[in-house]
Amino acid sequence: MEGFTGFTAIYIFMLAGFVGYEVISKVPVILHTPLMSGSNFVHGIVLVGAMVAMGHAEGTLELTIGFIGVALAAGNAVGGYVVTERMLEMFKSSKG
Amino acid sequence: MDLLINTSYFLAAALFILGLKRMSSPANARSGIVWAGVGMLVATLVTFATPALHNIGLMIVAIMVGSFIAYVSAKKVAMTDMPQMIALYNGMGGGAAAAIAAVELVKLSSHSDINMGTTALTLAVLGAIIGTISLSGSIIAFAKLQGLIRKSWNFNGQQFLNLGILAAVLILGVVTIFQGSDTSLMLLAIFFVLAFVFGILMTLPIGGADMPVVISLYNALTGLAVAFEGFVLGNAAMIIAGTVVGSAGTLLTQLMAKAMNRSLANVLFSGFGSKASSGAEEEVEGSMKAIEAPDVAVMMAYAERVIIVPGYGMAVAQAQHKVWELTKLLQERGVDVKFAIHPVAGRMPGHMNVLLAEAGVPYDIIYDLDEINAEFPQADVALIIGANDVVNPVARSNPDSPIYGMPILDADKAKNVIVVKRGKGAGFSGVENLLFFMDNTRMLFGDGQKMASELIAQVKEF
Repeated sequence: MEGFTGFTAIYIFMLAGFVGYEVISKVPVILHTPLMSGSNFVHGIVLVGAMVAMGHAEGTLELTIGFIGVALAAGNAVGGYVVTERMLEMFKSSKG
Repeated sequence: MDLLINTSYFLAAALFILGLKRMSSPANARSGIVWAGVGMLVATLVTFATPALHNIGLMIVAIMVGSFIAYVSAKKVAMTDMPQMIALYNGMGGGAAAAIAAVELVKLSSHSDINMGTTALTLAVLGAIIGTISLSGSIIAFAKLQGLIRKSWNFNGQQFLNLGILAAVLILGVVTIFQGSDTSLMLLAIFFVLAFVFGILMTLPIGGADMPVVISLYNALTGLAVAFEGFVLGNAAMIIAGTVVGSAGTLLTQLMAKAMNRSLANVLFSGFGSKASSGAEEEVEGSMKAIEAPDVAVMMAYAERVIIVPGYGMAVAQAQHKVWELTKLLQERGVDVKFAIHPVAGRMPGHMNVLLAEAGVPYDIIYDLDEINAEFPQADVALIIGANDVVNPVARSNPDSPIYGMPILDADKAKNVIVVKRGKGAGFSGVENLLFFMDNTRMLFGDGQKMASELIAQVKEF
């Protein structure tokens, strides 16, 4: 793992934090539920981390935990996507 | 290879932010999730190219198992049950973040030659705590909304027990950070189990009505846990995506809590049910007065202004299509029909709009609380179908009530109030509804969809 120096990470945290705040603050109430679902999908990126963790797991215990982690993360990503897409699709059809 | 991976992660992070941005306006909301989806796909595929990645066969099996279960359940779930499914998928993400931390900590514990660095270790431990709480808390939130757990658990000293467990979790976390690679597996096991138990105990006493706020909070927490574990793994995409969700989720949580006029601390620590038991005992004056569908039909057909207050119960009865049909009939007769939506109608802000959109109700006759409340006194009929707590005047009048102070729709000020309701039970919060006992209120007992059909049939005859 190449890692970041502490300050780079803090800058990333801060800037990303502002981005998240800005993105949501202008959203009309009618889209709150889909957007919460959408942000739920976005943290499904944890799948990437779970894969790396499982990829360098050694021994049964680490491998088992890693396996569970990857399965859960995949569930987060796929479930989050399908649910959000279903909701947003309905919005479209009601508009047109 | 490194360049390819880093470029892809960068692309994924950018697509997530642009995707969320597009999701914030109805016109191109759908393309937003597709963009974010592309980002996710690219990031996932390119991760297989990570140098020295082992266990790939098992990994693919794990991905397929998780994806399959989630795909099938997500395709099947009804729109009304959306909030608890979001809770469940969110819990999975929290669990995954905790699992990453667990793998790293177990590795640290079983190799004396690994040095993680204090910052990384601290964030790994924090992510583990937050992720685990998010996992077990979300499971409880799911169980409550799904109706698997009906009661709120309250007992004396509950706050202290919870606080004690949290303190124990934090102490074990600090010990882990200080001991580093000397940490025993047993300590780690106790650490994770206690964090899991804390998530359960913290969520159990929270009433169903407050659950959306809690789900939103856990969503934000999972984002934070993902960001922390991203730091541990040196993965910028995880840090950015996790932090964006963390802050967006926090804001969304505040917006929801505000809509219910409850502070976050209040939601988490007040124990909604504990006060309700004393509030519900209070003597109710008057009695419920029943009415039959034909009388309601007459009332509505000859009214000038009708306001319909739909609630979650309407959606559960799948009555929204019938209600929209009834609305069109009334409109043809020249009746002015409006829909009044409480910010937390349904289970989340915007949930009811999704459900009405599904039935084809146009936006221009749907009004929110601030816009419509002044119009109730002029309304001839307020038809309340499947809503309960959001029209309970006790929120204005009784400071002892657990829902006191929540902004409500002033349906009680309409000339006639018709409540379509299946039984005589209390609402989701467990609080008795004074509106049902008022002089201008009539109860139309029955299933929402059946009653709407009967009203349609009757109105057609005039």
